[in-house]
Amino acid sequence: MSNGFNKIIRDGLWDNNPGLVQLLGLCPLLAVTGTLINGLGLGIATTLVMVASNLTVSLIRNLVRSEVRIAVFVLIIASFVTAVELAMQAYFYDLYKVLGIFIPLIVTNCSIIGRAEAYASKNTPLNAAVDGLFMGLGFTGVLVVLGAMRELVGMGTILAQAHIMFGEAARNITLELSATHEGFLLAILPPGAFIGLGLIIAAKNIIDRRMTAREALTTTQTATSQA
Amino acid sequence: MPFINTSSPHQQNQSSVPDLMRKVLLALIPGALACLYYFGFGVLVNIVIASATALASETIMLNLRHYPVRRYLTDYSALVTAILLALALPATVPWWLTVIATSFAIVIAKQLYGGLGYNPFNPAMIGYVVALIAFPQQMTQWPVPQPGGALGLLDVLLLQLTGTLSDPAILDAVTSATPMDQIKTGIGLNRTIGEISTGALFGTVAGRGWELVNLLFLLGGLWLLWKKVINWQIPVAVLSALFFWSWMFNLYDGDLYSSPFFHLFSGGTMLCAFFIATDPVTASTTHWGRLIYGMGIGILTFIIRNWGGYPDGIAFAVILMNMAVPTIDYYTQPRVFGHQDED
Repeated sequence: MSNGFNKIIRDGLWDNNPGLVQLLGLCPLLAVTGTLINGLGLGIATTLVMVASNLTVSLIRNLVRSEVRIAVFVLIIASFVTAVELAMQAYFYDLYKVLGIFIPLIVTNCSIIGRAEAYASKNTPLNAAVDGLFMGLGFTGVLVVLGAMRELVGMGTILAQAHIMFGEAARNITLELSATHEGFLLAILPPGAFIGLGLIIAAKNIIDRRMTAREALTTTQTATSQA
Repeated sequence: MPFINTSSPHQQNQSSVPDLMRKVLLALIPGALACLYYFGFGVLVNIVIASATALASETIMLNLRHYPVRRYLTDYSALVTAILLALALPATVPWWLTVIATSFAIVIAKQLYGGLGYNPFNPAMIGYVVALIAFPQQMTQWPVPQPGGALGLLDVLLLQLTGTLSDPAILDAVTSATPMDQIKTGIGLNRTIGEISTGALFGTVAGRGWELVNLLFLLGGLWLLWKKVINWQIPVAVLSALFFWSWMFNLYDGDLYSSPFFHLFSGGTMLCAFFIATDPVTASTTHWGRLIYGMGIGILTFIIRNWGGYPDGIAFAVILMNMAVPTIDYYTQPRVFGHQDED
């Protein structure tokens, strides 16, 4: 059982990451990562929707005829997105205003319906919920890293506007690189998002290749020592 | 007696990449000297910094990609990119801006796409656009063109390397918007072209200094044509499209739209038509394709100059048409001799 969860967790966070490997949901990924906080906000909202929709889809998987399943999935996802949107409007109004249209657009995020179709509709509720959680966290991770990169290069800060998420007390946790940093505006603009995501994917591929090489090395070493 | 039996083609083009690039560099010299004469030593500083950055970043990238460094460095393509970019940058930009723009051009626009021959976009123009979008303030301040340059060598070095001047008050006196920029602002203030063109920055048909710079780039370009380094289609198409549309609009309302000669001899028109748009890697390669590609650049340049947000649209026009090149080439393949159209 624990082995099964390990694989789900590893898939969501790394091996089958929605942002880096499946390349799904790129529209919000590229559009809202101007700052770390924006990325984190949208990531958490997406994760919540993904857990809830995966769980629900898995619970009703034997009741829905396959001809109408996509429409049902969309309906479920749309309901949860509306709930999350209203909750954000109530408790994080500033963040809600900054993210704007991209919160309702979570409905169209391909990675959510992708998980519902490819995983939740074929697996038990517990597995589906865990899968939703870690796929969501994997997506959030990419949003946060990309947001931090773009914010650092484009504005010279990290965690700017933290108060819109963590409340007034967090107003001062913004780290400023230097007061005279002019900022490389391109990083904040759309090209910066594409280039940044490309660099992150390249970095992941390098790490993967190194790990495969190391594993191959250890396997051969064990093989020779045994021989 | 045995006959030497070789297959076609019997007449071969002896040119190689280094040879072509050397000719391009030679042809740039007169225009570059005119730039140096009017805009001062900053042009030279830009060229030196850009060339050094380009060679350094090319070396690093070739090493990372395990390519033979010497062979690819001595094809001069990085140097041509650097010098075209340096000539496009204002002669007062700080050194780090040149470094960022050039390394972006070489590392991202050229090497990450696969190096010379594989880059879909003109690297020099990508570098220019990156600088223009990221640092609009530094990129729209040009030195006032005046013989010998408005600033002395010492002041230029101070300004570009440290960002200060011996007397900060001079900066406003020696830099200004380009003539094209002034026309754009002037039109916004409801003045006519005739009124704006009486300003000190304007010469016979276009900006003072800019006319001669463009004329000399034109001469260099004609030499390249004569040497068969470039084809006639692209420059002719760029210039005639730009001329035709600016002429039509000028006839329609001469107070609102500049004369066609102003467009031909302003900004980077000639540099673009002969040196940038003709880049063999990123331009179209068929006869009709080259004409369409060139006309596209001419029309887009005219549109962006008149109604766009940036003063000179050349870089954007070139990049937009670079994007269209695969489609243009696909639809303009010449019919193979002896084959019929399929209908």
